[in-house]
Amino acid sequence: MTKMIGADIVLESLKRLEATTIFGYPGGVVLPLYDRLPAHPEIRHILVRHEQGGGHAADGYARASGKLGVALATSGPGATNLVTAITTAMMDSVPTLFITGNVGRNLLGKDGFQEADITGITMPIVKHNYLVMRAQDLAYTFAEAAHIATTGRPGPVHIDIPKDVFTEEAEFEWPTTVSIRGYRPVLRGNPAQVKRAAAIIDAAERPIIFAGHGIILGRAHEELRTFAEKAGIPVLNTLLGLGGMPHDHVLNYGMMGMHGSYWANHAASNADVIIGLGMRMDDRALGRFADMNPTAKIVHIDIDPAEHNKNLIATVPIVGDVREVLPQLCDEVAQRSHVEWIRWIDQVRDGHRTSMSIPGGETLTTQYVVDRIADSIGTEGVVVTGVGQHQMWAAQFMRISRPYQLITSGGLGTMGFEVPAALGAQVACPDRAVWTICGDGGFQMTFQEIATMVDERLPVKMAIMNNGYLGMVRQWQELIYQDNYVAVAMSQPDFVKIAEAYGIKGILVTDKDRVVDAIAEANAYDGPVILDFRVEAQGNVWPMVPAGASLTETVESREEIAQLLGQPIPANPEPAR
Amino acid sequence: MKHTVVALVEDRPGVLNRVASLFRRRGFNIDSLAVGTTEEQGISRMTIVLDGADGIVEQVEKQLYKLIDVVKVSDVTHEEAVTRELALIKVRCMSEQRAEVLDLIQIFRAQAVDVTPNSLIIQLVAGGETLDALVDNLRPYGIREMVRTGRIAMVRGNRTTAVHEQEPESAQRFHLESGRRPEEEHLQYVSK
Ligand SMILES: Cc1ncc(C[n+]2csc(CCOP(=O)(O)OP(=O)(O)O)c2C)c(N)n1
Ligand SMILES: [Mg+2]
Repeated sequence: MTKMIGADIVLESLKRLEATTIFGYPGGVVLPLYDRLPAHPEIRHILVRHEQGGGHAADGYARASGKLGVALATSGPGATNLVTAITTAMMDSVPTLFITGNVGRNLLGKDGFQEADITGITMPIVKHNYLVMRAQDLAYTFAEAAHIATTGRPGPVHIDIPKDVFTEEAEFEWPTTVSIRGYRPVLRGNPAQVKRAAAIIDAAERPIIFAGHGIILGRAHEELRTFAEKAGIPVLNTLLGLGGMPHDHVLNYGMMGMHGSYWANHAASNADVIIGLGMRMDDRALGRFADMNPTAKIVHIDIDPAEHNKNLIATVPIVGDVREVLPQLCDEVAQRSHVEWIRWIDQVRDGHRTSMSIPGGETLTTQYVVDRIADSIGTEGVVVTGVGQHQMWAAQFMRISRPYQLITSGGLGTMGFEVPAALGAQVACPDRAVWTICGDGGFQMTFQEIATMVDERLPVKMAIMNNGYLGMVRQWQELIYQDNYVAVAMSQPDFVKIAEAYGIKGILVTDKDRVVDAIAEANAYDGPVILDFRVEAQGNVWPMVPAGASLTETVESREEIAQLLGQPIPANPEPAR
Repeated sequence: MKHTVVALVEDRPGVLNRVASLFRRRGFNIDSLAVGTTEEQGISRMTIVLDGADGIVEQVEKQLYKLIDVVKVSDVTHEEAVTRELALIKVRCMSEQRAEVLDLIQIFRAQAVDVTPNSLIIQLVAGGETLDALVDNLRPYGIREMVRTGRIAMVRGNRTTAVHEQEPESAQRFHLESGRRPEEEHLQYVSK
């Protein structure tokens, strides 16, 4: 045991946790920590340009690497700037550690300069948080925090450290184990429940799998595939579940939900047995709960028991890690195929492919660009997205085939995630091509992080889908608010000049013919690139399940949506593709 | 329907805040909440009375369990349990009414614990309904002030809802001591 100051204990602890990459931003109360950084060369501190960016970068890093992501901020405004990033990580269950400094212990609660009650603020948006009051508690706190963040249903943990705790001396004693009697995640499925589930699955005529983020978080994609193949069950993915099955696997039918395919949503609605795997039965994936296939039996496997019976009542809930439970279930179920059921889904798909296809013609569309990017980087590349139309098109057309090939903010839907999360993903995967599909709106929320990419030599390719609109909002205003466009058209800066200003490459693409070359040029360039794709301004994402509708009400055109919502049929229908 | 939920929680700074915040955020209504120490050092016991359908209570229990500081949750509503509340009631009572009031509270096995020429403080430990009945009977005299503790409950017989899991010494020490603000004199003054 050695005596050291709190700052050194923090850095030693991070080394023990092998969490040696920190996305941080300094300020008064964390200066004692920064002061000690040079003494710990194993730690890579990446200076971001905004704490929100640091938080999303830690999130992108965690998703891309499967390791704990760490972000650091000062007290007050630094800490509050983390809030969006913490909530994003919480909603998507990303293993992250957020460290903030706070005012000295004698000033806590006195409203001193840059004091914010940040543990009070983060309480409902973290898996757990700590206010560390003594340097001697730091090591244990970090060990416990990392354990909580990375096990069970992962999530963000926040540690707040008063300034004088960084300078207080204590023995550094790294705990060999941690024990929390209120926290014992269950990993293996209850055998009796597994048997009940298997009986239901074996008796099914039209079973379907909803594969969620848990498959990706738990790296249970092999187990999923083995199970689906043995039981002959078609697989649908939630947005965050994309990559749980190879895109082109015969049993994979792609994304379900608000902008899922017509066939996926109808398969979900016509199944007699639903097997929800590592997913939380979210409204964006399932539509109106009351009409979500009310007659189907539901087997729901999730590591978080609170997800069972929250939105839908499960016939057989199983608490456990999908990576453990799937092999258990696989052993119990019979080898089967469901030829007729799969033929039925195939027929629906054959009749409805056009509503989710890449438009032909001359117009430069996001769908086309995304498809070409997918072609150029293959499944080994990493794709990050913002939130909006481009996100949905990326989900539809990126041919996602492995865990965390796609990194996107699903639960919170955080615009501005795209640039910093891509930065973090590139830090985690220096040898992979990292592309971020950006909205022109979202890009402008956080593009200050380009400077960080330049400093850190991170060759992220930023493809802006420049439609001149907050496109998804425009789509809702067109389709649901009957063309009443309010606060959605945006003038844009010259994005190529922004690239120049940061000393990186900028490419303007206005013609469809230029897309492939521009992508190749970006891939060949050893550094960050902004690609300004001037895409169709008023395209809509189809199909669509309007908010509050059921999956059976998946609509494929403006006329259908007007009919569904009881609005007059529009006089100027969209041009046929 | 009213449910009585017992939560055993780590006695740590912020735990009450975590529980209260969870109820607010999820829209669960608390009728009463009683918190106190238990037979086990470091464990506090919260007895929460809430109103809601069985499905809601299932969610309450599960969401409570998700809090790291919550060790054990039991819904004792459908159990044979002793449930009690303590009430202190200050009633207007002139000397000439005193005998009558004392007779009345006798029926409820309540006690007078303070007396002045024109008031009485009455104390009753009982189930909630008995308390309600006493209050109704005292109302005509004029209730000047009343305080009730909220329900506490304990399952009858041999079964307990207690936690008997001892943690390793280092964990126990950490959980008992950490997060608490040291005494002021141990802190040197630092400005920002
Ligand atoms: C931080 C934040 N603010 C607002 C929204 C609401 N919102 C959802 S999509 C969207 C439009 C996104 O526009 P853009 O980034 O240009 O992408 P597009 O839809 O045009 O592809 C908005 C404003 C959000 N999701 N996140
Ligand atoms: Mg846009």
